[in-house]
Amino acid sequence: MADTRGALGMPTAGVGDFDRRDLDWYIDKAIGALVFVCGFSAIIFVLGIFLFVTKEGIGFIFERLDFREFFLTPYWFPSDPDAPEYGILALIAGTASVTGLAMLVAIPFSLGAAIYIAEFATGKTREALKVLVELLAAIPSVVWGFIGLVIMNPLIIAVFNVPVGLNVLNAGIILGLMAAPIMTSIAEDALKAVPDRYREAAEAMGATRWQVIFKVVLPAAKTGLLGGVLLGVGRGFGETMAVLMSTGHAVNIPGSVFDSVRALTATIAAELGEAAVGEEHYQVLFTIGIFLFLITFIINLTADLIVRGIRKG
Amino acid sequence: MLKMNPLLAVSIATAISLAAGNAQARTEIQNKGSDTLVNVAQAFAEEYAKVNPEVAIAVSGGGSGTGIAAMINGTVDIANSSRKMKDKEIKQAQERGHNPIEHIVGYDALAIYVNKANPANSMTIADLAKIYGRDGGATKWQDLGIQVPGCDSGEIVVVSRQNNSGTYAYFQEHVLGEKGKFRLGTLDMHGSKDVVDLVEKTPCAIGYSGLAYATDHVKTVCMAMEPGKPCVMPSEDAALDGSYPIARPLFMYTNGEPQGEIKKYMDWIMSDAGQCLVAKEGYAPVRKIACK
Repeated sequence: MADTRGALGMPTAGVGDFDRRDLDWYIDKAIGALVFVCGFSAIIFVLGIFLFVTKEGIGFIFERLDFREFFLTPYWFPSDPDAPEYGILALIAGTASVTGLAMLVAIPFSLGAAIYIAEFATGKTREALKVLVELLAAIPSVVWGFIGLVIMNPLIIAVFNVPVGLNVLNAGIILGLMAAPIMTSIAEDALKAVPDRYREAAEAMGATRWQVIFKVVLPAAKTGLLGGVLLGVGRGFGETMAVLMSTGHAVNIPGSVFDSVRALTATIAAELGEAAVGEEHYQVLFTIGIFLFLITFIINLTADLIVRGIRKG
Repeated sequence: MLKMNPLLAVSIATAISLAAGNAQARTEIQNKGSDTLVNVAQAFAEEYAKVNPEVAIAVSGGGSGTGIAAMINGTVDIANSSRKMKDKEIKQAQERGHNPIEHIVGYDALAIYVNKANPANSMTIADLAKIYGRDGGATKWQDLGIQVPGCDSGEIVVVSRQNNSGTYAYFQEHVLGEKGKFRLGTLDMHGSKDVVDLVEKTPCAIGYSGLAYATDHVKTVCMAMEPGKPCVMPSEDAALDGSYPIARPLFMYTNGEPQGEIKKYMDWIMSDAGQCLVAKEGYAPVRKIACK
């Protein structure tokens, strides 16, 4: 990484400087360089991780990958001694169904919370709510997974009278609650970004509070809200531990929310530690990693562009 | 899997031993793998620490695949496995300059677990293949002529293990057959104990795991090789004399013929003291011995 610094234009001592080169001058230059490196480290790390994941998975893509088998068959049996099967359709269906349900749970929740915090709550209530929402975001995912496993599982069995409670419904609710705080924060920002003159104009026209929010504020904030939802989707795709514990971890294309499924991320987490480095199974897990990386990258980029769009306009 | 730079490892080891100052040099043996064996391995390590305090044994589980992968990558001294290493894996290890040597340290009866509410008393290997196999034909308990109270839908919740588990591989080979494949939709648990826990809480469930994980809250099923043959309950004795149809050897692999401290440790495991620990943990020792 060191050799990229010069190429990235890291400041080096110029020849024609007339400054005094005392200690302060060197400290200034050193701090400048340090801050520069820190600033660029994020880019370097992202690139580094992408290169590493690609390097480990690329062998499989070129030598073994059959696109039709990989994306269109549900059979994920990579450790079969005779004929390993590398189909990720069921895993994609698992991730997508859980994320989809999570959004159904999280969108009304976070939108309601954001409207209340941004438009209704005042003073201490507002501050307390904001802190609590942030606290909710700080709960570790393994704790969420534990709740799914120990509390939700028997609850779902008892309430819906289904054979097993580790399923799409369980993981969807857990993931929805996990994604809600970040979506709330972003939605609240988007609502706050709507200029007060819009509200004042609407109220002057005789609109009720509800009409102001529904007809004026929400439409004006819709790109920001959409960005928040997409970030929530990105969170859902990338979440691992909680999904691993609450989905039942079954290779299966779900027919209803009561079916057990398995997520792409959970598959990597469960199997990578046990695959011999460089072997086909190891490489195919990295291929899934590349796939996930691309999806979350696209989702986050789209979300970012949308959010940026409203900030400017 | 992180592969540690040998130079780095040496320097860390030096730093640690320097920091320890005048403490005696301890040998550390890395022992990793099978979840089925992890409790026995832990018991070995604890007991051996009393016999030979000079040697520290670091035990971790994670599944046979973990241990074998570590043996192939050369990051472990002894790999525990509840299945034989495949020829392909031995070749991979040899290509990297490691030479896995097999030691059988005990036997295990692979118990079939069902919920307490399940009235099934005996099953055949063919029944298991119907439940677990791809297009096996049994998706509901009624397909096997069983009514399970508390399981209204009748749907069988099939509990299995993650696909690198030695227990999974053994089950596939010995129940589903050479070419047999698992069906879709099995719940793949990460540990033997997770299987038993889930079966305990789920009336519709069936699962498999080592006999040592049996508790009072689940039921083990009497297994028959073929329909009409008498069934045998899983037990240490039945595993040792071969009458239980799904019993398997438990392996420890060393890198090359064991030498020095590792040899002493392996010899101790095979001695009466070690083998009695195997029996104490619920597995069958390699020979008939009298333990107190």
